[in-house]
Amino acid sequence: MDLELMINSLPKLLNAALITLKLLSVSLIIGLFIGLLFAILRLNKNIIVNKFAYGYSYVFRGTPLLVQIFIIYFGLGQIEYLRSTFLWIILKEPYWCAIIAFALNTGAYTSEILRSAFQTIKPGIIEAGKSLGISSNIIFYKIQIPIAIRQSLPAYGNEIILMMKGTSLASTVTIMDLTGVAKYIISTTFKPVEVFIVAGSIYLFMTFIIHNVIKFLEKKYSFN
Amino acid sequence: MELLAFGKTGWGDELFIATLMTIAVSITAMIIGFFFALIFTPLKLSKNKFFNFVGNSYTTVIRGVPELLVIYLFFFGGTGAVMYVASIFGYNEYIEINAFITGAFAIGIISGAYSTEVFRGAIQSIDKGQFEAAKTLGLNKFGQFFKIILPQTLRLAIPNLSNVWQITLKDTSLISVTGLVEIMRQSYIAAGSTRDPLFFYSFAAVLYLLLTFLSMKIINRLELKYSRGY
Repeated sequence: MDLELMINSLPKLLNAALITLKLLSVSLIIGLFIGLLFAILRLNKNIIVNKFAYGYSYVFRGTPLLVQIFIIYFGLGQIEYLRSTFLWIILKEPYWCAIIAFALNTGAYTSEILRSAFQTIKPGIIEAGKSLGISSNIIFYKIQIPIAIRQSLPAYGNEIILMMKGTSLASTVTIMDLTGVAKYIISTTFKPVEVFIVAGSIYLFMTFIIHNVIKFLEKKYSFN
Repeated sequence: MELLAFGKTGWGDELFIATLMTIAVSITAMIIGFFFALIFTPLKLSKNKFFNFVGNSYTTVIRGVPELLVIYLFFFGGTGAVMYVASIFGYNEYIEINAFITGAFAIGIISGAYSTEVFRGAIQSIDKGQFEAAKTLGLNKFGQFFKIILPQTLRLAIPNLSNVWQITLKDTSLISVTGLVEIMRQSYIAAGSTRDPLFFYSFAAVLYLLLTFLSMKIINRLELKYSRGY
């Protein structure tokens, strides 16, 4: 055990953990919007809209995140037309490519979580709203969405943790996140175990925090 | 389409072999995972505090740490660990571990943590009366477990194990960082030499979709088979 290396690498790894958190939070926020949008599309009765939303979530859940990042980072740059548009400003940055991939990926999972949450809402609740004379828009925003969010909290908590682990793939497109820096230190010092313990502990600590925040929210918004 | 031709001109045969490699690694990893689950599920269910702690640490650590980090640990640390063990037995030559074994082992440990959780959940949801009934039938512990509890556990576990399989299959794409030539690595090589990453990575995505689709079909059949009588 090389304690000195562990202590010396801690500040570097903590700094890198901030990048991991940044990647995570930005992609979760965008992903939540995408997820909500596609969950609503999934509930649409129009078959084409419905199938399109299903196809989206099927493709993104059925392929590895690594492929998605590579297609966006290496693949899209190949299209000449894209290079001439303003999109290129975003797509030439590995940071934004990673975020786009993460957001689309977590969006697919989130849409499934929200869809099943919407579907488990008892029709009686919506009928109760209707009989009170509330318009269907307000029923959706004030009744269905809050219930669905409460319903999907446990599953969404898991998704956040999975996504946090997913951000480690950013290191494959040259971003120095926690895993990227850990790999760099390992490959320069050849001390994999020590670095793994420090980096792994940081990840575990973040998992622990997320887990407890979700638990707290679950309690706060529980029905009883 | 020319790019996918078989033989020397295209990448069809290479990608086909790479797909077989992905399947082979996934199955090996899944089996290694079952072995880990076989060890750690009883530990997690045990009433002994120490055993319980060991079982819980395994699943918590593996499920809380990115797969890529675990793979790096095995990739960089595997050789060192094996050589250290070998040196205790007086063997001091350099040992090179095969990328397949390292990769399958790393993914296997990850998949094992998920399998452990699945089996724990399945065993816990079996009615207590079943355990008691097995005892009253006069079966020994072995018979109780294999004849009564395990078949029921499997029925409950298969839908969740199919999720574990999907995760494992997708995780194998990460082994490409160690140089094992599976779908991802082969696409990377092909994309590099043809300068057509969009095509090859999209094709890799199609291959993965195909694999997940086919395995779902097979698992659905298994599910039907094990839920006979329900």
